Amino acid sequence: MTQVAGQSNPFASATYAPEEPGGDLWTLNLGPQHPATHTTLRHVLELDGERVVKCTVHIGYLHSGFEKQGEHLNYNQYVVITDRMNYVSPIANNIAWHHAVERLFDIEITPRCKVVRTLMAELARIQDHLLCVGAAALDLGGFTAFLYGFNERERIYDITEELSGSRFHTSWTRVGGALSDISPRCIEMIREFVRVLPPALDDVEKLLNRNRIFVERTRGIGYISTENAINWGLTGPLARASGVRRDLRKDEPYLCYADNWDGKGATALDFKVPISDLGDVYGRYLVRLEEIRQSLAMIDKLVENIPPGPMNVLAGDKLTLPDKRETYFSIEGLIHHFEQVMTNRGHRPQVGEAYGANETANGELGYYVVSDGGNCAYRARCRPPSFINYQCFPTLVEGHQISDVIAVLGSMNIIAAELDR
Amino acid sequence: MGLGTTPAAPHLASKDDVLTTRLDHLMDILRQGTVNWARRNSLWPMPFATACCGIELMATGASRYDIARFGAEAMRFTPRQCDLMIVAGRVAIKMMPVLQRIYLQMTEPKWVISMGACACTGGVFDNYAVVQGVDQFMPVDVYVPGCPPRPETLLEGVMAIQRIVDNDGIRPSRERGGGRGLRLAVTAPAVPVQLGLPGEN
Amino acid sequence: MDWLNVDNVLAALAERFAAVEFQPAPLMRLKDASRQQTCIRVPADQLIAVMRFLHDDERCRFDQLADLTCVDYLNFPDAADRYGVTYMLLSTRIGHRLWAKCFVNDPAPEVPSVTGIWKGAEWLEREVWDMFGVKFAGHGDLRRILTWEGFEAHPLRKDYPLRGRGERENYERIERESA
Repeated sequence: MTQVAGQSNPFASATYAPEEPGGDLWTLNLGPQHPATHTTLRHVLELDGERVVKCTVHIGYLHSGFEKQGEHLNYNQYVVITDRMNYVSPIANNIAWHHAVERLFDIEITPRCKVVRTLMAELARIQDHLLCVGAAALDLGGFTAFLYGFNERERIYDITEELSGSRFHTSWTRVGGALSDISPRCIEMIREFVRVLPPALDDVEKLLNRNRIFVERTRGIGYISTENAINWGLTGPLARASGVRRDLRKDEPYLCYADNWDGKGATALDFKVPISDLGDVYGRYLVRLEEIRQSLAMIDKLVENIPPGPMNVLAGDKLTLPDKRETYFSIEGLIHHFEQVMTNRGHRPQVGEAYGANETANGELGYYVVSDGGNCAYRARCRPPSFINYQCFPTLVEGHQISDVIAVLGSMNIIAAELDR
Repeated sequence: MGLGTTPAAPHLASKDDVLTTRLDHLMDILRQGTVNWARRNSLWPMPFATACCGIELMATGASRYDIARFGAEAMRFTPRQCDLMIVAGRVAIKMMPVLQRIYLQMTEPKWVISMGACACTGGVFDNYAVVQGVDQFMPVDVYVPGCPPRPETLLEGVMAIQRIVDNDGIRPSRERGGGRGLRLAVTAPAVPVQLGLPGEN
Repeated sequence: MDWLNVDNVLAALAERFAAVEFQPAPLMRLKDASRQQTCIRVPADQLIAVMRFLHDDERCRFDQLADLTCVDYLNFPDAADRYGVTYMLLSTRIGHRLWAKCFVNDPAPEVPSVTGIWKGAEWLEREVWDMFGVKFAGHGDLRRILTWEGFEAHPLRKDYPLRGRGERENYERIERESA
């Protein structure tokens, strides 16, 4: 493992030098179909007995041409594809995509839309972390934590179904606003969720935090130092668990994390960012659990303070669809509707490029959009946190045993669709 | 009158024919009641989960939608121990040979569910990298539509497989002469299909 | 938006690399100039020196390579060069971001590799090679990452069609042997 001088690994005994350098090595192919619940990843491990000497990662088994597809779909159609990137928290990708596109269009969304988008972004973060923690526990043999996590995720699915009509792939945001406004029933469901999640989280903590098996399998495993984390490009809970003090919601605020988000001097949303200096799998697990609690506190504040007003920016700028009464009962409304939906029409941004990033559960999810003035993006690049985070994987597992490979993989929350796009 | 001779008037049954048909019918009932019953209620899925449908597959296995009611919660990741392959998610061209190999490694009898729009037809991804439907290169029994299909839809697909398994190896009634002991001439199919247990035909 | 203010960086670059024309410009003209994201042009022969400077210098301290991608400007209005390899640099200490583009052309587009400065460039450069065909000199392990072995083309180039050139039809079929 590469280490920068001055940083020591307090758990160095978890890795050990071979007694017989160059002894019998055998190769094990792990994947792309493998028992760990992380879809299509392939590792070719060179093993000295049980210990990994070298790990080569092969990816691309889910490469689906997302970026090429982005050049043929317009800005509102592509949100459907973004859902399918980080599919454990789909609505977060929608929000991130339209964040970048609205930066390209240089428009500001309404305060109500900002609050609801922030709310959904935090729900998506909880959704992602619950699955990550659950799947990590499942891979280590703790099936119950997985079931508890999934049960709570079902409640989030109910909320997104109420909001956007679809429980899983919401495709909820649009340029300048969203598909649908939040209903009172949805708000009630969110309040109920805030009430019901803490006991479930306590159950998961009771199962795992001081569980001898879980701790022994995760402490000291997959350590990465702060300097290496930055150099390898890690962001998100992986970086924060290694002591990197960086969170886009605090450092480059957007939506309700920024001051004056409603244009009338409202203060930014107050929350804490958990940072750990453990740097191993256990540290990442703790950071994620604490992030869920912080997100829950944020949702509690946001859901009580949704400002009234329109969800979409004014239809006059020809950025959002007009109200249906206008569409059906006035010729201008009808023309405006067709201007938006016909394939040779649609949005016409300026020529230029824009990058917009959100802090999602995996890290910095950004979209780099290049526009040539047409209704489709010229280049729709996704900055995928899973891809960039996964690069350091061989350095994390060299020296560990095969079962530790699974533990480290579980802690990195690699979503294959975001990895391969 | 031995078995195997066609009488001059085929609608007239001989008592040997009646005995054979009744025996066949009894074997069918036994088969449906024991072997097929056991198979349909303990289908062990091979979760070939590649993408988003994999999460819905996990949700089907989780507590709310509980695939364990169907005996199918034992999602063994080794093809040797599974009988139902659920292809959940889009299959990239790079992944396709892997899928083929795993399908070939599964032991008979085996069935395949193609879950989700991407596995059925390529879904939203009509591009250079995605196979436009797994049935292009491997046999599929049940297609479950949706993007992703709700867990209830997947369970409906599993129930469809159960219906297929129920009737596996059971000759349809009209082939058996409707229970009246008539032996109808059955034309051989163009591609020989092996029905029933190996060694029996 | 403090993190987009890179005046110190531009001053430092102008001081150190007086001969190079960086042409700093916003990626896009916005109504609020403080929200503009600045991009510099770096010539390929100066790339390693400039990147090393941006990584090490006290005023810059770009310790993280946030993204490395490429844009194929083939059909872009008023484009002079074809491949714009785009680097997005981030400083976790100071907090600012800078975009840098290095333009190369056919035939044989090649750019020096920055894996010696940021280890996180390894797969990003492999992806640009796979998708666009831009080589990275000094990478050490430049092979395809997302597409499959035997795939010849570079899919994200503008002259490659969305549905491919028949590569996705090329497979063996397994017939059912039994019910």
